[in-house]
Amino acid sequence: MSRRPDALRDSGRRRSGVVRNPEVEPVAAWRGHVLLMVFAAAAVGLFGRAFFLQVQNRDFLASEGAKRFERVLEVPAGRAAILDRRGEPLALSAPVESIWAVPAALLADTAKLPLIARLTGRTTAELEDYLAVRGERRFVYLARQIPPAEASRIMAVEADGVFTQREYSRFYPAGELASQLVGFADIDGHGQEGMELAHDARLQGTPGSRRVIRDRSGRVVEDLAEFTPPQSGEDLHLSIDLRLQYIAYRELKSVVDSHDARGGLVLMLDPRSGEVLAMASQPGFNPNNRRGLALDGLRNRGATDTFEPGSTVKPLMIAHALDHGVVGVGTRVATGNGFYKMGRLVIKDAAGYGELDMGGVLLKSSNIGAAKVGLQLGAEGIWAAYDAFGFGQRAEAGFPGEADGVLRHYTDWGDVATATSAYGYGLAVTALQLGRAYAALADDGRLRPVSLLKLDAPAAVERQVVSPRAAQQVRRWLQQVVAPTGTATAAAVDGHAVAGKTGTVRKVRANGYTDDAHLSLFAGMMPASAPQVVTLVVIDEPRKGDYYGGQVAAPVYARVMRSAARLLQIPPAELLAPAPVSDALTADAGHGARS
Amino acid sequence: MLRASLHLGLAVCLIVSAIAVVVSKHRSRALVNDIQQLSWEQDRLDTEWSQLQLEEASLASPIRVEAVARERLNMAEPAYYIAVSER
Repeated sequence: MSRRPDALRDSGRRRSGVVRNPEVEPVAAWRGHVLLMVFAAAAVGLFGRAFFLQVQNRDFLASEGAKRFERVLEVPAGRAAILDRRGEPLALSAPVESIWAVPAALLADTAKLPLIARLTGRTTAELEDYLAVRGERRFVYLARQIPPAEASRIMAVEADGVFTQREYSRFYPAGELASQLVGFADIDGHGQEGMELAHDARLQGTPGSRRVIRDRSGRVVEDLAEFTPPQSGEDLHLSIDLRLQYIAYRELKSVVDSHDARGGLVLMLDPRSGEVLAMASQPGFNPNNRRGLALDGLRNRGATDTFEPGSTVKPLMIAHALDHGVVGVGTRVATGNGFYKMGRLVIKDAAGYGELDMGGVLLKSSNIGAAKVGLQLGAEGIWAAYDAFGFGQRAEAGFPGEADGVLRHYTDWGDVATATSAYGYGLAVTALQLGRAYAALADDGRLRPVSLLKLDAPAAVERQVVSPRAAQQVRRWLQQVVAPTGTATAAAVDGHAVAGKTGTVRKVRANGYTDDAHLSLFAGMMPASAPQVVTLVVIDEPRKGDYYGGQVAAPVYARVMRSAARLLQIPPAELLAPAPVSDALTADAGHGARS
Repeated sequence: MLRASLHLGLAVCLIVSAIAVVVSKHRSRALVNDIQQLSWEQDRLDTEWSQLQLEEASLASPIRVEAVARERLNMAEPAYYIAVSER
């Protein structure tokens, strides 16, 4: 306690005389508490909010923030190449640049705009209009898929808001040689047709990505560490041999032009493996410049078009008949004077051949002879033969839009249908199916699936269609067709033993079969004793000059096979003879082999 | 005495590690730079490679080869040839 309480009180009193001390009004204690509580509440609120933002919602907000300036750029994966069996490129992707701009930024750069306009092939006014219309956007293309050198010229201008972007463009070095088979991809690298479409996923690969920070005008200011490298697609090795494909294309195109045909196709197969060696179609198109593309040229006729095979089925049916003992090697049939009436149907031969053996039926391509064998075989027998050879079943070569063909069930056949089907009318096949059937005949009756992709090992045999003996016998007969005394001498290849069969099919019009529109066919193999190549030639509606298979399709076959013999190193017939030959003799034998 | 030398030792360690940090930072920057340079180089070479492939394919195109052989070099397919077999 103070010892001078009075003094204090005194002085207070004295001062009050000079400075008026305000009356101290004691405030209620609760007001202070309220104030403290308000501050405390504010503090809690602030901390809570901070906690909410910094801890609770941190990831969300951070990602939202990142979204405003971070970008994940796609790094395109180059589409893989399509190659032929020897590694020659049929389709390649090469890097190109696409130039894009932020319209507002480029418009503001009036000094460099005219130069950019000139380099992208526009007038200044055109470019200004183009940008002004799209002023709101943050991305417009100025030029797409231009060569890198050209792009760097544009980038050298260093105009504001102009950027470049890596893309891949598709090139087809083989051009129209194999365009229908290879197909094409669109500007964004998606397969649209052909093998490009069939194996799109495999070719495409997976694009990579990189995360970057971009400023307002789109410039990449920082490359963040996140980078996923692109995964290129896997190269596709087709079974075709570009050299053979070229020969097939060249010879087909020349005959289609010279005979003013509507189109045509050449199919070459390796009967020992089931691989397609060449597959050419006419009309065609240039895959590198698809402007003004006609739909007609797009079709890979060998896979998508069906036709009545006509006389080319006779060897197949006769091989089956031999196997089932319906006819023997020496069996003879009477074909009379070339006219044979069967109810409403009149079967005609080119001439009256009288009595023919089986070899003669094939050699003369006698419809009457084939019909008589067919009638002995019966509807079920013929159907079984064609069914075994794979008609009416898709060849499953893995080509988009492959046709199934038509082989009606034998229970729907009458006598007329049975007779006509024996010489190849009333059923429809694709070239792949007919080629596969001939490949089976060539490979001693073993039917294999057809492959458009290069195989490491021959495709597994699906089934034995006919016995090796029957197949060999029929091949010997088919050799006679091409022999100098035969009916398709134009199909002969000097120095080589070739076997084959002609076909001339009348086409169906609205009012039935016509006499003025034909398919001209030739199907054959080489060398006849142990074939390495099977070739099918189909010429659609030759409108100028001849139309018989032996006159239109057979010469194409011969020219294609002559080149095939050279390119595939098929030894001439003399060398295949079993007699042992010394080196000197070998060279001598070669002299006889005129190419 | 002991304390002083300990302090000195720690100070030296600190300086050494500080310099090491600078050196490794510098190295890492240089390496990042190298990576970038190399990836540009790779890119450039990839581009060149695919262009060369295209060029080669178009020069070796059978259509062109045949035209050059026949027209410029006046070549023709041989009328006959000699086949040699190895036995």
